[in-house]
Amino acid sequence: MKLRRNIATSESGFVFNPTNGDSFSTNPVGTEILFLLKEGMSFREIKDALVNRYDAEPSVVEKDIDDFALALKGFNLLEYES
Amino acid sequence: MKAKQKEKRVIAVTGLNAIDSPGPGVAVIRALHDSEEWDLRIIGLSYEALEPGIYMNDIVHTTYQIPYPSAGTSALLQRLTEIHAEENIDVIIPNFDAELFNFIKIGDKLKEMGIHTFLPTLEQFEARDKLNLFAFGKKHGFLVPKDKTIFSIEEIPSASAEFGYPLVVKGKYYEATVAYTLEQAQKAFHKLQAKWGLPIIVQEFVSGTEVNVAALGDGEQCISAIPMRKLYITDKGKAWAGITLEDPTLIDLAKKFCKETGWRGGMELEIMRTLDGKPYIMEVNPRFPAWIYLTVGAGQNQPASLVKLALGESVSPFTDYHVGKMFIRYSWDLIVDVEKFQQVSAFGKI
Repeated sequence: MKLRRNIATSESGFVFNPTNGDSFSTNPVGTEILFLLKEGMSFREIKDALVNRYDAEPSVVEKDIDDFALALKGFNLLEYES
Repeated sequence: MKAKQKEKRVIAVTGLNAIDSPGPGVAVIRALHDSEEWDLRIIGLSYEALEPGIYMNDIVHTTYQIPYPSAGTSALLQRLTEIHAEENIDVIIPNFDAELFNFIKIGDKLKEMGIHTFLPTLEQFEARDKLNLFAFGKKHGFLVPKDKTIFSIEEIPSASAEFGYPLVVKGKYYEATVAYTLEQAQKAFHKLQAKWGLPIIVQEFVSGTEVNVAALGDGEQCISAIPMRKLYITDKGKAWAGITLEDPTLIDLAKKFCKETGWRGGMELEIMRTLDGKPYIMEVNPRFPAWIYLTVGAGQNQPASLVKLALGESVSPFTDYHVGKMFIRYSWDLIVDVEKFQQVSAFGKI
């Protein structure tokens, strides 16, 4: 799954879905994940990158990213790769 | 080098009631001023002495009262003839559903006088009426919720047997209530009957996200279409804030609508987007919506384009607009001397 192509994100963590007008705010880690998604990284690659970058248990990082991905999916911000 | 002098144009606009359930007039006037195409003189046409636009003298140069739609076409034509003798009007933009019938009826006579309008035909106007909307959708291949026109409260159970609950109970002209039980439907029937008369429309409930499209047709094709989602809704169901959307399905729908119907003039499509993405047309308003100024912000000045079309100029269809452009409405207290109010009330002109 990847971020829908037209989703707008900003450095401040503001997310805008131009298809339905929904907007959201994320924390800095959420913002980082969104930027990595925009760069084309998969959730697996993002997990590895964040585990290396942050001083946290890999299982905790993975769970947080899974939760975040679920939230993105629930808000209709993700699409399946063709 | 001397700058080219702008052409003088006198444009008359109704719908100056910029209240909590606003008419589109003030927004239309702001759009016309923003276009900077003409040396404009804006004539307000009002029905009541407390319509705020009457007193917005920085954008409305003078205002005349006109007879209520119920007075008929002769009274309207007579009053417009008097106003025209003083103002030499180029274009009239009517903005109320209830007055459109009369303006369409006298359109040819206005043209003979040199006053241009750009309105749908009477057939188009009546075909999209909420009483005929389902048949209209069927004819042109649009998704429209099923409905039933009823004249008696005893007819509600048969409608509910067909559509189930919840269902939508709608007034002839305005207002709608979602009813979850027979009792709620009956209560809504009485309320709407008392306010707007019969018949009442009972409509299948379609759940989803409400979106609106402001569009302009030139009689053959769609010149402009701007989709918007309401972000803040008043207790009267009116948008107090909204945002432009990127939604090719809605643009295509507006294009198809203009082409299929040969729509001439401004309009608003009220659409319910179901969870699986199907766009149901809930209503077709045969004039610009009150949020029409957002089309200027989005880069497609629909009122200015309508004036050009009314004057016989050709207008190329717009192709781009700004997505994520928002409007946020506000209220503003105008301070007015009683003499002005008296002038409008007593003489019907200010």
